[in-house]
Amino acid sequence: MLHWLRQYIGHWEITEDIAMSTLTIADLETLYDHLADSLDRTPEGKRELMLVKLALLAAEALGDAERFAQLAEIAQRDL
Amino acid sequence: MHCPSVEPRRSLYFDYQVYPAFTAGVGAAAIRREALVVVGAGPIGLTAALELARYGIPSVVLEAEQQVSEGSRAIVFTRRSLEILQQVGVADRVTQAGLAWRFGNSFYRNQRVFRMEAPHDDNDRFPPMTNLQQPCLEHELVLAAQANPLIELRWGNKVVDVRQAGDHAWLEVDTPAGPYALESAWVIAADGARSGLRSLLGLKLEGAAYEGRFVIADIRIKLDLPTERLAYFDPPWNPGNTVLMHREPGDIWRIDYQLPAHETPEQALSPESLRERIDAQLALMGMQDRSWELDWSSVYAARALTLPEYIHGRVVFAGDAAHLLPIFGVRGANTGFQDVSDLCWKLALQVKGLAGPALLPSYSQERVGAAREIIQEAGKSTRFMTPPSTGQRLLRDAVLSLSLSQAFVRPLYHWRTSRPHDYCDSPLNCRDDDDHLFSQGPRVGAPLQNLRLGEDDYLFDHLGAAFHLLCFTDADELPKDVQAQVARLQEQGIPLRVITLGEQAAVKGADLSLDDRSGRLRELYGVPVGGAYLARPDQHVCARWQGLSGAALAAAVHRALGNH
Repeated sequence: MLHWLRQYIGHWEITEDIAMSTLTIADLETLYDHLADSLDRTPEGKRELMLVKLALLAAEALGDAERFAQLAEIAQRDL
Repeated sequence: MHCPSVEPRRSLYFDYQVYPAFTAGVGAAAIRREALVVVGAGPIGLTAALELARYGIPSVVLEAEQQVSEGSRAIVFTRRSLEILQQVGVADRVTQAGLAWRFGNSFYRNQRVFRMEAPHDDNDRFPPMTNLQQPCLEHELVLAAQANPLIELRWGNKVVDVRQAGDHAWLEVDTPAGPYALESAWVIAADGARSGLRSLLGLKLEGAAYEGRFVIADIRIKLDLPTERLAYFDPPWNPGNTVLMHREPGDIWRIDYQLPAHETPEQALSPESLRERIDAQLALMGMQDRSWELDWSSVYAARALTLPEYIHGRVVFAGDAAHLLPIFGVRGANTGFQDVSDLCWKLALQVKGLAGPALLPSYSQERVGAAREIIQEAGKSTRFMTPPSTGQRLLRDAVLSLSLSQAFVRPLYHWRTSRPHDYCDSPLNCRDDDDHLFSQGPRVGAPLQNLRLGEDDYLFDHLGAAFHLLCFTDADELPKDVQAQVARLQEQGIPLRVITLGEQAAVKGADLSLDDRSGRLRELYGVPVGGAYLARPDQHVCARWQGLSGAALAAAVHRALGNH
């Protein structure tokens, strides 16, 4: 289902080394659906807050402030 | 004609006394030239006058009002402020009257999500924080100033004009009996946040003003709670905003809360608005059944501004007249005390002709630098209390929400509180001492660390208005060349005292010998036997050596006097 996304991210991986560890396509698909469900279950007006909390939790799990800043920069592109 | 109110201010805990206005200067045949005039008899101005008196410098203090300030205002005094107040003789009274504390609690959704603990070392005489209402502190300072023959305190004297005149400043002073003029070789502008001297000299503060405005309300209420700082984030009655509470002596509680956007100070300070919001806060704490009475209220705007230079001709700025700093982290008066401590010895030595050309300018360098650093740190607290942008608000709200279950975000609640500034880049610091060889003890630029010597006996109790050479020695006599150099410096009029710490009860060449047979004090200062620290009169270290020679001492004192 997300093959195209996988390829797209794969492209960035080659050029900018996004991921330190690589998710399997199955994991990525699961994560994709899970995040979509979470957003749907979050009340309107609270989604930004939920995503910022998630970003902070992910940053803590990542344990690399510099890496997190790079990821935030990538996320800002092509909006 | 300047006619301040002679009606005593009203207070639930403090009896205001109206002092007679000084009018003897009006109609005088000749203009008097003073050595030093302090403008403003707030905590900073009075401490400055008392500090100068320690060096034998007389001063005239001009205060526009005829009584001490209204409302509790500055209520939290840091350990460093108490150490400075100890030098001018009022710390004991402040400690007796005040409430000591060291814990802060942050609440979100009725859950305590962070507990701040200010460190307290057994070697410190004073607690990390002491709460006392500003008029009570000012009263103690007034008593000390009145008892000091070198200080003339003139109430009801408002400076309405100032002119720089090379070797002095000319001041026009208005009084209830009309104006008079006086001249002063130096003027300390300690006339507060709305400094008249700053306006008269056309000086502009630099920095940022934040969006957030706070109501400050003091109420008398009996709450069975310890003296700890309470902070409530996003309370249901004031969504998105922050409420702070501090206990003051006399069952007075300070409640600070943010105004909702677009509300005017007049609306916020209306009796109905105050009652409704304070009742809502007490209900949040489960204290809705307690009766309370309002003592004082005001609106405060968070600002982080400083003059870029504190010395203007013969006028030197200190305290809020020099900078406006956010109250979060108790940085207002506490910064002002450090200004005064830095300034007064330099000004005193300047007046006595003992200062090198770089000494007085170093006041501005050190303290503008401190203010800028404080502004940077305060910005971090302020952005958490009053997020200035959508992104900042989202992050703050995310942290609040996460803090209920995630420990890693909780330290973000801790705003850094005022701390003594390290003058590590000061031009007065020795350049070729052994600072880099030490791994412990106060570094060059930092204030000395207090040491507990015995029951109710600490190192700082023994310090005075002088440079101090702390020699860690077990010998019964200081090295001859050090003794000779100390004598030479003292003969020049330089205030220098020698304290030894070691095995001997009396060491030849020392003004005071402190017992350190166990080596505990030497260990705390990380210094080998034969090593030494040189501290400036404001207790900041300007050189330290692992082994001391007379020549090294002379060079360090020379530099610390601004001769370079």
